[in-house]
Amino acid sequence: MHMADALLSPAVGGVFWAATAATTAYAAKKLRQEENEKLIPLMGVLGAFVFAAQMINFTIPGTGSSGHIGGGMLLAILLGPNAAFIVIASVLTVQALFFADGGLLALGANIWNLGFYPSYIAYPFIYKAIVKDNPTPKKITLASVLSVVAALQLGAFSVVLQTKLSGISELPFKNFLMLMQPIHLAIGIAEGFITAGVVNYIRSIQPEIIEKKTTVSYKKAVIALSIMAVITGGLLSWFASTHPDGLEWSIMNVYGEPELEQKDNPIVNKLQSIQEKTAILPDYSLPEPEATTEEAAEGWPNADPGTSLSGILGGLIVLLVVAAFGMGLRRFSRSGNSQ
Amino acid sequence: MEIANSFFNLGYLDSLSYKKSFIHRLDPRIKTIVTLTFVVTVVSFPQKELSGLLSFFIYPVFIIALAEIPLGFILKKLVIVSPFVLMVAIFNPFLDKTPVMELYGITITTGWISFLSIIVKFILTISAALLLIATTSFVGICEGLSRMRVPEVFVVQLMLLYRYIFVLVEEALRMVRARDSRSFGKKGRGIKTFINLAGILLVRTIHRADRIYSAMLSRGYSGTIPQKRTHRIRTKEVFYLIIWVGLFILFRKYNLSLAIGQLF
Repeated sequence: MHMADALLSPAVGGVFWAATAATTAYAAKKLRQEENEKLIPLMGVLGAFVFAAQMINFTIPGTGSSGHIGGGMLLAILLGPNAAFIVIASVLTVQALFFADGGLLALGANIWNLGFYPSYIAYPFIYKAIVKDNPTPKKITLASVLSVVAALQLGAFSVVLQTKLSGISELPFKNFLMLMQPIHLAIGIAEGFITAGVVNYIRSIQPEIIEKKTTVSYKKAVIALSIMAVITGGLLSWFASTHPDGLEWSIMNVYGEPELEQKDNPIVNKLQSIQEKTAILPDYSLPEPEATTEEAAEGWPNADPGTSLSGILGGLIVLLVVAAFGMGLRRFSRSGNSQ
Repeated sequence: MEIANSFFNLGYLDSLSYKKSFIHRLDPRIKTIVTLTFVVTVVSFPQKELSGLLSFFIYPVFIIALAEIPLGFILKKLVIVSPFVLMVAIFNPFLDKTPVMELYGITITTGWISFLSIIVKFILTISAALLLIATTSFVGICEGLSRMRVPEVFVVQLMLLYRYIFVLVEEALRMVRARDSRSFGKKGRGIKTFINLAGILLVRTIHRADRIYSAMLSRGYSGTIPQKRTHRIRTKEVFYLIIWVGLFILFRKYNLSLAIGQLF
C-alpha cells in the first residue's frame, strides 16, 4: 500500500513532505534530549532487522499465499515512538531508493502513513493505554492486535484521502475506501497476532527487552502532536479547497448533496457565470459518456481532433529523437571510457 | 526465488553506483535536487495531459546512456512495483468515457488519456529515483543529506541500517535454509514457526547491537559519527543544475510534442 508519485499532486505530496520533515525534526530533537547513545546502534540494526524479517516467508493460513510483515508497531513497542518513527522513516527511504516503492515525492506521504500512525497514535493511545506498566501475555496480545489494526486502518484511509485530494485517479472516494479498508483489516489482524507473538516470545526469553520503562513524557508529546495535526489538517483542507473534488466531497458528506443549493443571489450568479465562462472543466464530476465530440472538446484544452493528432505524431517523434539521442550518447560514452 | 532476488538487486544497485562516469562523479546534493525538481515538474502535469510529458524522457535516457546503467534492469524493477498504480489507474478508462477524438475508427476517451498519463508519470518518477541511487552511492546520498541539514540522528540511522542490511539478511536467509531443510512440503511454513524464527532473529539482532555499541565505544564513539566529505560543488555542477532545471521548466511550459506535430 505504498503511495505512488504518479497518483499524487505536487501540493498533496508537498504537504506530507512538510509534515514528515517536521515530525522527523521533532523526533530527532527528543532523541537528542534523551542522550541515550546506546539507542543509536540499536535503531540501526533494528531497521535492518525489518528487512531481514521480510526475507523469512510464511504461509498465510487458509490462503496458501505467502506474506511478510511491515513491523512498524513492533518497532514502536521495542523503541518507543520517537526512535521508532526515525527507524520507520529510514526503512521507507531505503525502500523508495532501492526497491522503487512509491517514489521520492510520495516518500513524505509514505513515512506519514506507515510511521506517524503506529508511533504517535496507536502506540501511546492504544498499546500503552492497554498494557500500562505491567505487561501480561494476554494484555500484550490484545494491545498489539488492536494497535496494529488501528494503525493500518488509519494508514489505508490516508492513502485513499491522498489519492482523492490529488485528483489524478477517477476512482470514487467511497468505492476506493471500500476496497482498501477491508484488505487492510485482514492484513492488520494477521500482523497484529504476529507482532503479539514476537513480543510475547521475546518476553519469555529476555523480559528486560520489553519491560524497560520509557522516559518520554506522553502528555507533552500528545499536546505538541495534536497542535501539529491541527495545523496539518488546516493546510490540507486549504489545499483541498482549491480542488473541486475535495470540497464537493466534504459538502457531500455534510449535506448529502454534491453542491449546495443556490439561493438567488445576484453576486453569486454573476460569479458563477464568470466561472463557467473561464473554467476549462466546468464541472467535471459529471462526464457524460454520450456527449458529442464537440462538447467533449471543451473538456480537454486544444482537443479538436487535428491538434490531438499532431500531439500523437509529435509525441512519437519526440520519443524517437530521445531514443536516438540515448543510443548516440551511450556509444559516445563507451568510446570515451575505453580510451 | 523471488525474495532472495530482491536482496540481490540491493547489492546490484550498490555495485552500479561505484562506476566512474561523468554522472557518478557529480556532487550528490546536485543530483538529489535535480531528481526532486524532475519528479515535481512531472507530477505537476494535469490529470488529462499526455503528449507534453513525453519530452521528459530525455532525462532518464540521458542518465541511462551516459552512466551506462542497464536498461533491462530498470524496466524489470518498474514492472515489479507497478501493481498498485495499475490497480488504481485502470479504473479511469471505465469511469470517464468522454470521447476526445477518433483515430482509424477507434474512439479515444479522456479516461484512457488520463490512464496513460498516470503510467507515463509512474515510469518517469520511479526510474528517476532508481537512477539517482544507481549513480550515487548510498554513502554519497547520506553525505549529501547531512550537508543539506537533515537531522544527524536520521542520517546516522540510514548509514547503520544500510551497513547491517546485508549482514542481517544473510543471517535470515541462513535460518530460512535451515528451516526448509528440516521440513517437508509445506510443513514448517506456518505462522508459529515464523514467530519463533523472527523472535530469535530479533534477540540476536539486539545482542548484536550491544556488541556494535561496545565496538564503537572502544573506537572513540562519543555520540556523533564524523563523516568524510568527498564531494564539492564546482562550476560543472552548477551548469548541470541550471541546464536541467531550465529544460524541465521549458518542457513544462511548452508542449514540444504538439509543436513538432503541428509542423506537419
